[in-house]
Amino acid sequence: MAHIAPVQDWATDFDVLDPRYVSDPFSIWDDLRDRCPIAHTDRRKSSWLPTRYDDVTDIAHDIAHFSSLKVAVIPGDEDEDPNANFDGPNLEYGLPPISADPPLHTWTRRLLLPWFSHKRVESYVPLTRELCRGLLAQFADKGHADAAADYAQQIPVRVIARILGVSPDLSDTFTGWVRDVLEFADDPERRQRGGEGLFNYFLGQLEDRRANPGDDLLSELLTTEVDGKPVDDGIVLGMAALVLIAGVDTTWSAIGSSLWHLAAHPEDRARLAAEPELMPTAVEELLRAYAPVTMAREVTEDIDYKGCPMKAGDKVLMNFPAANRDPEAFAQPDVVQLDRAHNRHVAFGSGIHRCAGSNLARMELQVALEEWMARIPEFSLAEGQEITWAGGQVRGPRILPVVFP
Amino acid sequence: MKIRVDPEKCQGHARCYGLAPEIFDVDDYGQASVILDEIPAELEEKARLAVANCPEYAIEIIGD
Repeated sequence: MAHIAPVQDWATDFDVLDPRYVSDPFSIWDDLRDRCPIAHTDRRKSSWLPTRYDDVTDIAHDIAHFSSLKVAVIPGDEDEDPNANFDGPNLEYGLPPISADPPLHTWTRRLLLPWFSHKRVESYVPLTRELCRGLLAQFADKGHADAAADYAQQIPVRVIARILGVSPDLSDTFTGWVRDVLEFADDPERRQRGGEGLFNYFLGQLEDRRANPGDDLLSELLTTEVDGKPVDDGIVLGMAALVLIAGVDTTWSAIGSSLWHLAAHPEDRARLAAEPELMPTAVEELLRAYAPVTMAREVTEDIDYKGCPMKAGDKVLMNFPAANRDPEAFAQPDVVQLDRAHNRHVAFGSGIHRCAGSNLARMELQVALEEWMARIPEFSLAEGQEITWAGGQVRGPRILPVVFP
Repeated sequence: MKIRVDPEKCQGHARCYGLAPEIFDVDDYGQASVILDEIPAELEEKARLAVANCPEYAIEIIGD
């Protein structure tokens, strides 16, 4: 990990990897919202950081000025040839639809959406529930666990593997690659290793699926036709990698943050244990308060946005987590209210790039919490043991020691 | 009460369907629609909740 020079002024020199931002971004956003709602930095790349709900959602809807071609929050070297270390199909389109603007965005998204529809996601509930119960059985009698590594981290990757039709036995490997490209993106070696791992693995899967098609997402992408033509292999690879990358770190972080909240707030934990019918509302509230994902946009042409002189090529970090804490949009935003009735949160984004997997993520979070609460209704943070958080593109706990009777 | 979902604004968050499946449906692409011509009195509260939770401001009450 590159050395992070401590931030002196968050308005003009912010760094989302500064340890203070990773551990407590909330007070930094509050400060910025009051005095400079859109911060700037020249670290890594000239980037802007909106903190108000209206600004974030406004920019998300202005796809003409704010492109999705480069969505990495930790940009690395985005000008490098994506095929430089990959001997296979052309990867120039990145990970569509997330890294695409219309029209590529539109048709690639339509191919993915039915796999994550409400109806389809319902059919993944039994396997998710069984998976959670199996994980809980491994530690429920021990009196302690790492709620992040032993539980949260283990769930989404296995559900996504099933949808993609790849082996859940490789879950730890998948998790490692995804962490390399997201969590450790500031380290060029790890970023490259993760990308190579993912694309080479899916390249092999493509060949396998061509010979032996199944009823999984990869097989469908290989046999589908758009405007009478098969989908380019490079685009299929990008979509497959996207489903894995977007479906692992994000939901795992949401489950971990939610368990952290319940472990740290005994009154909320007790209330959820006593009133399980609150769960759907509580899930939305936990998503609001601990939205894990920040995405980036690229400014397409020089523009004065609310007094900010944005230049073509600048990044804007879509600070959905900060939007969800804006007092202009939410009453008492820093208080988790498990029965919050009015909650227009944007944890899954806003506009045409609304998280395509939001139904799946919501289901996984709810089932993971339901099963945990059913088996371990009383738990708290393990005193004196360190909790670690990952930040940057995705924020959530990575080590979360908890104890229970 | 009558309500409608603006198909241009709806982005498939499915919050309305999650809150009130008696009132809304969502298709395979996430597009929400209202399945009741008239919202009966006992569902009006739920309809208002759906309006207040849509992140895209896509649901509107078009007549009481």
